Amino acid sequence: MKSNRRTFLSGVSATALLSSSSVAFAQKKYDDGASDTEIKIGHTNPYSGPASAYGVIGKTIQAYWKSVNEAGGVNGRKVNFITLDDGYNPAKTVECIRQLVEQDKVLCTFNTLGTPTNTAIHKYMNQKKVPMLFVATGASKWGNPKDFPWTMGYQPDYHTEAVIYAKHILANVKDAKIGVLMQNDDYGKDYWEGFKEGLGKDVTRITKHATYEVTDPTVESQIIQLKDSGANVFFNIATPKFAAQAMRKAGDLGWKPTIYLNNVSSSVASAMKPAGFENVQGVVTAAYLMDPTDKQFTDHPDMKMWSAWMAKSNPSASTSDASNVFAYSVTFLMHETLKKCGDLLTRENVMKQAANFQKFRVPLLLPGITVSTSPTDFYPIQAVQLQRFKGESWELFGDIMHAEST
Amino acid sequence: MKIPMKWIWGLIVLAFIIPLFRPLLPDVVSDYRLFLVTTMMIAAIAVLGLNLLTGFNGQISLGHGAFYAVGAYTAAILMDQVNMPYWATLPCAAVVCFVVGYLFGLPALKLEGHYLALATFALALAVPQILKYKWLEGLTGGVQGIVLSKPEAPFGLPLTDDQWLYYYCLIIMILLFWGARNLLDSRSGRAMMAIRDQYMAADTMGIDTALYKTVTFGISAAYTGIAGALSASAIAFVAPDSFNFFLSIKFLIGLVVGGVGSLAGSLVGGIFYVLIDNSAQAISTFVKNDLGLPFDLSAYTIFGILLLLLMYLMPMGIVGGVYLALRRLRG
Repeated sequence: MKSNRRTFLSGVSATALLSSSSVAFAQKKYDDGASDTEIKIGHTNPYSGPASAYGVIGKTIQAYWKSVNEAGGVNGRKVNFITLDDGYNPAKTVECIRQLVEQDKVLCTFNTLGTPTNTAIHKYMNQKKVPMLFVATGASKWGNPKDFPWTMGYQPDYHTEAVIYAKHILANVKDAKIGVLMQNDDYGKDYWEGFKEGLGKDVTRITKHATYEVTDPTVESQIIQLKDSGANVFFNIATPKFAAQAMRKAGDLGWKPTIYLNNVSSSVASAMKPAGFENVQGVVTAAYLMDPTDKQFTDHPDMKMWSAWMAKSNPSASTSDASNVFAYSVTFLMHETLKKCGDLLTRENVMKQAANFQKFRVPLLLPGITVSTSPTDFYPIQAVQLQRFKGESWELFGDIMHAEST
Repeated sequence: MKIPMKWIWGLIVLAFIIPLFRPLLPDVVSDYRLFLVTTMMIAAIAVLGLNLLTGFNGQISLGHGAFYAVGAYTAAILMDQVNMPYWATLPCAAVVCFVVGYLFGLPALKLEGHYLALATFALALAVPQILKYKWLEGLTGGVQGIVLSKPEAPFGLPLTDDQWLYYYCLIIMILLFWGARNLLDSRSGRAMMAIRDQYMAADTMGIDTALYKTVTFGISAAYTGIAGALSASAIAFVAPDSFNFFLSIKFLIGLVVGGVGSLAGSLVGGIFYVLIDNSAQAISTFVKNDLGLPFDLSAYTIFGILLLLLMYLMPMGIVGGVYLALRRLRG
């Protein structure tokens, strides 16, 4: 059954691909939100409320579409990007999304941000059969084409990333005793579950699991607990501010474990520098995007292109904020998906094209990492590379790891 | 200030007829608009709950979002764990919230004015964290929340989900407003208001102030809890992030803007909040894209400006303002 569906779908998408180049010019076809002159895309993002730091992502995406429109649009059509503020409140997200789908009649939504917020609209979007593309959350549940054929993730999921750390610890640290610091929410738990799964029977090596709330002022007492547990490995599942505090405190206490840091906080400017470079030498993390504050990429063509674009089209945004790199790369992929749709701008075709990338290079991904999707694979980026902190920047090491996701 | 009964009946009949125009005017009476009106009605019920406490009994609460959350979670857990039908969860949510409100009202007796405001504020802050607590996670789903199904029209009625939800909430809202009106017209209602107006005098006249205050707290919580339970059905999802502290402020804004101590004010307050919340965003994008102003007016700036204007022009809330205007017109 499964393989039948796959062959059928890939057959269909192959035809669609062929037709988009030649035949489709003759037959234009539109669903809600698309016309000869316009493509409507919906978006929700917290511009206010507790998660408003993510607001920069929405603003950079807006700037991207603006520059696309100024350059003539996508296949001659202007992109009408409607972005609404949901304040990271799932109940509000439902309201916004219903407005976008039913009132504004968008062709698809794109990069809606947050795990609880996307969970709230997951079922609705799939019932309405509206593409919900490249959602901005690292939870592992977005790549499930069997039950939710209209939803697709983007970044490598937290769960898989944590499995990679666990395996690396077991292979490289002798007699590991692990202390874990975790932010007590969905994101923290996704890492935690993956980490335990990766350790398998070695889960007993975890000597202490300390949690904190986003509203806590510091994590110092948690770090003291972790140190006292006798751990020689420290897995740091924290957002930048707390991750930096934790590593600084560990240094102040003279605790020198091998630190594994989640990718969320790998930014040099917002985590490593505040933690003190002397405290973070040798920290290991996994990455998939280039860090704009990492000097090794300054001369990379992608980074040069991005810096030039930022200066020209998004001058008010910070060039040291990794969120702007993320926003650029994910919108590039959306742009490419729409280009591939040609004149066949139906919701079905948007989904088909999104699920039809083969080793596609999206700028600003780490060298060697590409996007691959298929009708049965809704995880666009599944590769990461480990990197170790040295001096004042990250140093990639080892091979690119292709995670076997669920 | 009494609104004539025939007006009220007219409004109710209108509210029942309008959704039936959906097949004729699909763009005007769309599912989305019905859903918006449904959220307004839910907000109105929650504001009514707060009004019973603050407007009619004089106790300030900055924490009604907590009761709303308890109501929503009670309904969601019952639907999720024991497959209870959505309509049966309403009385359960009401009872649970009444008990929680009553118990909270007991220590609140010792607190007056600002102190009570602070205590309820703490409640609003604590509830989302409690919902995430690991011992409760099996029930509440922790930070992931609980995904529910939307109620469908019963008895094979030819209504869409949103139409049915609209009627369901409309009926509940009418019943609750009717109940509140009867309560306030009764001996108990007069006692409630007497406590608000002159606490000492009421006490001296033999009103059991402690009992009335705690029971009012309970009833108020139950009303808001029912609104929460309805919202769980309407949104079909509950998560701690939906019940942040701002929700409580939202009810307070609805209360003050609509009219403190007025039943009609609760309805207006609920409508106002949803309306302004949505149009502030629309105005914000309009200012930016269509007027082309060089600066970014965020939705909350607009919301704040509108609120300030309103409070300046109608310090007694919308209902109070309209009433004053009418009186002036009549000379």
